[in-house]
Amino acid sequence: MGTYSRRDFIKLIGAAGATSAVGWPLIAQAKRGHVVIIGGGFGGASCAKYLRKLDPGIKVTLVEREKEFVTCPFSNAVLGGLYDMGFITHSYDALRQRWDIKIVHDTAVAIDAAARKVKLAGGKTLKYDRLVVSPGIDIRWNALKGYDEAASELAPHAWQAGPQTVLLRKQLEAMKDGGVVVITSPANPYRCPPGPYERACMIAHYLKQKKPRSKVIILDAKDGFAKQGLFIDGWKQLYPGMIEWVKGTDGGMIDRVDAKTKTVYPTFGDPVKADVLNVVPPQSAGAIALKAGLANKDGWCPIDQKTFESTLHKDIYVLGDAAIAGKMPKSGYAASSQAKVCAAAIITSLRGANMPDPSYVNTCYSLVGPDYAISVAAVYRLQEGQISGVKGAGGVSPKDADPAFRRKEASYAVGWYKSISADIWG
Amino acid sequence: MQQRFTYLTVTLAGLAGWLTLAPVAPADEITRGEMLSVSCAGCHGTDGKSPGSIPSIAGKSADTIETALKEFRSGQRESTVMGRHAKGYTDEEIKLIAAYFGSVK
Ligand SMILES: Cc1cc2nc3c(=O)[nH]c(=O)nc-3n(C[C@H](O)[C@H](O)[C@H](O)COP(=O)(O)OP(=O)(O)OC[C@H]3O[C@@H](n4cnc5c(N)ncnc54)[C@H](O)[C@@H]3O)c2cc1C
Ligand code: HEC
Repeated sequence: MGTYSRRDFIKLIGAAGATSAVGWPLIAQAKRGHVVIIGGGFGGASCAKYLRKLDPGIKVTLVEREKEFVTCPFSNAVLGGLYDMGFITHSYDALRQRWDIKIVHDTAVAIDAAARKVKLAGGKTLKYDRLVVSPGIDIRWNALKGYDEAASELAPHAWQAGPQTVLLRKQLEAMKDGGVVVITSPANPYRCPPGPYERACMIAHYLKQKKPRSKVIILDAKDGFAKQGLFIDGWKQLYPGMIEWVKGTDGGMIDRVDAKTKTVYPTFGDPVKADVLNVVPPQSAGAIALKAGLANKDGWCPIDQKTFESTLHKDIYVLGDAAIAGKMPKSGYAASSQAKVCAAAIITSLRGANMPDPSYVNTCYSLVGPDYAISVAAVYRLQEGQISGVKGAGGVSPKDADPAFRRKEASYAVGWYKSISADIWG
Repeated sequence: MQQRFTYLTVTLAGLAGWLTLAPVAPADEITRGEMLSVSCAGCHGTDGKSPGSIPSIAGKSADTIETALKEFRSGQRESTVMGRHAKGYTDEEIKLIAAYFGSVK
């Protein structure tokens, strides 16, 4: 009997009653609705699939502007030459065919929260009972002086995977041996806190094979970063002398960039000239979230952290990078985990039923080398309205681990990628 | 009204549920066990069916899963990451998770 809490037990019996053959109407099927989702990435596509998995009676329409999704996870490994673009590209066929989700390839341009309608660039309007917005990030052009959309064609950000990833890879391939790659890393919060440092590793891996006299310099707005100790140990072991990290107060903080001359101007100290310049720029929630009035003055969306419903507009839920989700980082795993909680919240709200207590997880693997990975993990619960890490759980990989341990984590990093991709788009 | 209705059916259909204690609730209910378990899928695959190097948990019995999670949590069983995750769950939660995965097809 210990298996069930009192609450679960009551639910079990209640639900058994609802489907029992005593001739009563089926409560659970009395209410169904139409959920529209904007964004078919980690948050949006997960939410679409799990809405249909948890409640096959619900109608789901997914609006995504791209025909295929290219993941940021493992895009650094593409830059390092470990994988090709095909490895990180996913089709929407399974969501359409296996899960019976209506996929509309179009751009959402406006949301009418009062009339519960979404307007698409193609002219169509979609009516919803509940709306999920998971648009990821957009770049805040010109928030860093000199960095606008045209500049990103010369000095790519590659912080939204796709053509930008290909461009950065081409520039690395074209660079001469002995060249300098500069990566600028922004202040918090931004998408994928360990991302810039994993990128430095993967670029160094490529350079070590092909252009061993080259260097990577990270100019950081911050004085510390995710998994810092583990990264720095990894750099020493795999890429001695190749990666230089300059912290904010040591001159890493930057004022402006000149993409044409690939020059970075720190707040103090001399300009730094790059052969390849990768700017990880300041970011905000995806443009549609700002336009629909779902964001605060900092450009991120406040939500009820139990359900992900916007605190600014009723019946609209915001997930993933765009949302302010307590202690969770802006990661793909976090977005996907949030999406499942949100799916449960939407289903139970449409049914007028109780939502089970939420539980959320995140793990970010970072590849230091092809056979060397490190990770950070956490399990989260809602505590006083805030998503907070469970004390005593989670944390980073051990500092003193042997090469076999790092190798195992490198294998599990790829395993994670295959599992989560299949869990979301499969 | 809905409240009353649930009470009524507790007496009518509840008894059968109580006696057999099916490991998961009927399809129409989202249980706490399911809510906890879907968060594992990012690493272990949908319903615990993993396509890559992380072991599948689908097809294992509830007992096997419960024992594994408790041993990961205590450190008795070595792991790269499961120890860090298992520490996030109480005994009661581990039982719910094990029952969920033990029952998925
Ligand atoms: C280099 C790098 C490495 C990373 N590595 C990892 C990692 O190893 N593990 C990890 O967990 N996370 C990683 N991340 C983070 C991860 O990519 C993001 O956190 C995740 O993509 C967020 O999911 P999302 O649903 O919020 O946004 P996205 O996944 O970006 O999805 C948003 C989608 O919405 C679409 N969209 C936006 N606006 C509209 C509109 N108006 N109409 C229609 N469609 C629209 C976009 O086309 C896009 O497909 C990494 C990120 C980077 C940059
Ligand atoms: C970050 C990825 C990750 C998450 C999240 C995760 N696991 Fe694991 N799991 C692993 C890995 C990797 C292993 C292999 C042991 C190790 O090195 O940690 C494993 C092993 C296991 C095993 C033992 C399987 C065997 O055949 O030996 C079980 C059972 C298990 N996990 C259950 C779970 C459950 C239940 C959850 C959710 C509460 C979960 N895991 C969450 C990665 C994960």
